Amino acid sequence: MTSEGFAGGRAASAPLMGHETEPTMFELSVPGRSAVQLRTTGLAERPMSEFLGPEHLRDTPVVLANLSERDLVGHFTRLSARQFSVDLGAYPLGSCTMKYNPKFCDAVAGDPALNSVHPGAPAALSQGWLELLVSLEEKLCDITGMAAATLQPAAGAAGELTGLLLMRAYHASRSDVRRRVIIPDSAHGTNPASVTLGGYEVTTVPSNERGLVDLDALRAALGPDVAGIMLTNPNTVGLFEEEIEEIAAAVHEVGGLLYYDGANLNAIVGVVRPGDMGFDIVHMNLHKTFATPHGGGGPGAGPVAVSARLADFLPGPKAARAADGTFEWRRPARSIGRVHGWHGNALVLARALAYIDVHGADGLPRVAQHAVLNANWLRQRLREVLPAAYDRPCMHEAVLTASSLKAETGARGLDVAKALLDEGFHAPTVYFPLIVDEALMFEPTETESPQTLEALAQALERIVAQARQDAQILQHAPYHTPVSRVDEARAARQLVSTEDAALR
Amino acid sequence: MADYLPHTESEVAEMLDFLGLSSLDDLFAHIPPALRLAGGLGMSVGASEPDVAAIFARYGEANAARAATMTCFAGAGAYDHEVPNVVRALSSRSEFVTAYTPYQPEVAQGVLQAIFEYQTLVSRLSGLPIANASLYDGASALVEALNMAAGATKRSRILVSSGVHPHWRAVARTFAAGTGHEIIEVPLRDGVTDWAALDAASAAAVVVAYPNYLGVVEDLGAPRELARAAGALFVVAGDPVGAGVLRSAGDWGADVFVGEGQAFGTPLSFGGPYLGLFACTLEQVRRLPGRIVGETVDLNGRRSFVTTLRAREQDIRREKATSNVCTNQTLMAVAAAIQLGWLGTSGLAEIARRGAVGAHHLFEELVQIPGVSAANSQPFLREFALRLRRPAAEVIADMAGSGVLAGVALDALVEPDDESVEDPSRVLLVAVTERRTREEMDRYVELMRKVVA
Repeated sequence: MTSEGFAGGRAASAPLMGHETEPTMFELSVPGRSAVQLRTTGLAERPMSEFLGPEHLRDTPVVLANLSERDLVGHFTRLSARQFSVDLGAYPLGSCTMKYNPKFCDAVAGDPALNSVHPGAPAALSQGWLELLVSLEEKLCDITGMAAATLQPAAGAAGELTGLLLMRAYHASRSDVRRRVIIPDSAHGTNPASVTLGGYEVTTVPSNERGLVDLDALRAALGPDVAGIMLTNPNTVGLFEEEIEEIAAAVHEVGGLLYYDGANLNAIVGVVRPGDMGFDIVHMNLHKTFATPHGGGGPGAGPVAVSARLADFLPGPKAARAADGTFEWRRPARSIGRVHGWHGNALVLARALAYIDVHGADGLPRVAQHAVLNANWLRQRLREVLPAAYDRPCMHEAVLTASSLKAETGARGLDVAKALLDEGFHAPTVYFPLIVDEALMFEPTETESPQTLEALAQALERIVAQARQDAQILQHAPYHTPVSRVDEARAARQLVSTEDAALR
Repeated sequence: MADYLPHTESEVAEMLDFLGLSSLDDLFAHIPPALRLAGGLGMSVGASEPDVAAIFARYGEANAARAATMTCFAGAGAYDHEVPNVVRALSSRSEFVTAYTPYQPEVAQGVLQAIFEYQTLVSRLSGLPIANASLYDGASALVEALNMAAGATKRSRILVSSGVHPHWRAVARTFAAGTGHEIIEVPLRDGVTDWAALDAASAAAVVVAYPNYLGVVEDLGAPRELARAAGALFVVAGDPVGAGVLRSAGDWGADVFVGEGQAFGTPLSFGGPYLGLFACTLEQVRRLPGRIVGETVDLNGRRSFVTTLRAREQDIRREKATSNVCTNQTLMAVAAAIQLGWLGTSGLAEIARRGAVGAHHLFEELVQIPGVSAANSQPFLREFALRLRRPAAEVIADMAGSGVLAGVALDALVEPDDESVEDPSRVLLVAVTERRTREEMDRYVELMRKVVA
């Protein structure tokens, strides 16, 4: 298969501009400049000393940057030119589901009729928001096969911890003291960190040679002190846990609960439901599967859906449909309490609902199908270039390995990833999952075209050919990005995390 | 049938052929058939963008409290500040919106430098040298501060002033179920924390809000001394706009500053996404939750930025990590940096002063009305609590009919067992920002006079 295989289209590959170093806003500051314009209030100035004692008032102002509006626009626009993004080009960062974010959803979130509403406004004055939240909860339950959900958690990790506290509350309600939570060795780092914060101990079970949970090892680890298991399915190697029914039966057998980490829900949305696999608690990363933008590292949203026996423990208050057709806030009977300062990342939730409504029951399965199609095509296309860690059909992401390339040429997975930046693509996730040597985890997502996938494959072919010719060149890649490889050790050794740090 | 997939039918067929498959369903053949969703999802089929837009327009119209129809005097941790076009335009640039965590610094200098500038701004606002790249919101920042304090002191007893926002205290209690922290809420007396007769020995942290959630500007000397004597961390939950005129947390001797950063460039948004501000002393940097950006150089000696001190984080430390935070609120942090760049040194102080002048004007007018009195006798900055003759929820509902959101009823804010204020159902919390005009306040006073009678 070559690029001629797909007629037309333009492969996404866009080198960045922005090679000039940009001064910080503080360095651009000129005393006396100002951009601010405020409403005329019609009130005369009064000294602060009229309101507060001198012990409370600062002697000198907080020194910020002083910029004209034109300075401000130039500065942040130039910074933006030093930044790769999904809108610019393909971003196959495994495990992060960097799909295209529809502009329509941004417009929904930008509507003042939604985004100007105060979160403390009474339910009667925010009926539209409550209805929106109820609609999203119902659809997320439909997608996961669960009975009820909380929309409060602000990100996946917050959802994980919420789920663990639900697990704890459930067992406590049965006066059942349990101590351990089981996690496969391929799990995301947030899982064990959340388990500790949830007050449990982590028991790690190994994966087998097929990249799946080792059922015998799991059975050996299970016992009456196991509160539950956290699983990602498909797992972080991009493979579906085919023995999930047996896993669920074994965990339920000892009275444990199954927690579904929704990091990889994009692979199965509308095709398989966690509830039907036997899971009791499910978190979703709306910024992944439901395309709310990642914002350079947030905001996300991590709603948690649960089966009927856990519904009473959900965080509250929750938006609910009242008998008269209006909407009200309701606290579940045995709620674990609040997990967010207000109602969750509401504008992210609105975006996700808009995305779900556009796709609907017919569109969501196509998302999963095309995501899995793209990942498998890329895996197969790269067979002779960078082999898959597990030679079998994958789901939405393909974990490749540079292990043999490294042995042959000395070029590491990291070198391949960095060289890809020069080719105008974002790098894959490197060195994760930990159980794969020299892992390169590609998640093309469903929104990249076959032309783009072919261009990505050809870029990797060039990089591997370069490695065979002279691997040293790759060790200093990238060459055409705004900066070259950075000295990470120095950043950690001499911490300069603010403009003022040098003065200390 | 609407979606954002680029593949044509013939391209799909060609790709399947390459994989030796005959249908898209074959991609899922290894999944046990019993698990496959047989009848499809229960929701309706997809709709076009304009059709979905019509549904969302209806949601919007059903929000009586939207800005187009109501003037906002509600606060309680969420404030109606000016967000100018320039801030909206820059913070909605797709390079910031559609990137992810800057794992590849060579192509992420834009976000990394913006975070570095944000960290500098938070450090200066808080008067503390280290700030992280943001947390989810003020409540989550408080929870992380408590975890930091417990880690630093190897203790678990936490003294929290009841002047800390009721929702933040509720969130702290929820997460304490997992960490095992013992949270002791210190009562308020006439609007200020009653630290007297409190045994702080063996405390991990002493937490106080500045101003507190009733708007009161409390003296921080007593809790600081309490924390010092006990060897506990002194945590200040501060209003970052108030910091424009008030002494900084660092100046008061805080070890940790946490705050809600929504006021800087993020609309009210029905409560999220907001911005958790977090700053601390150098001593605590190895326990810092979340991400932090540091300055360094690239191979050519050019100034560069990179996420640093990564060894603290969950993806490396796993069950021994200081926090489970991965995704944070970077876009809100970038918006805050842009907004503070727009405000500048004098602008920040100006919005703090205007809020204070407006709040005092409104307060002075309102307490003249029979049936309206101050809920406490303490000094405040830009938010205050009133005790009303009628239930506050009824007053809010009545004034809303005339286009004024009068504030937040305290009984809607506090947990049923809260002891920070007596009979919260008759207490109304009112906030004034730089966006409120004298004309709007006059109308507020006139309406209050009518509805409280």
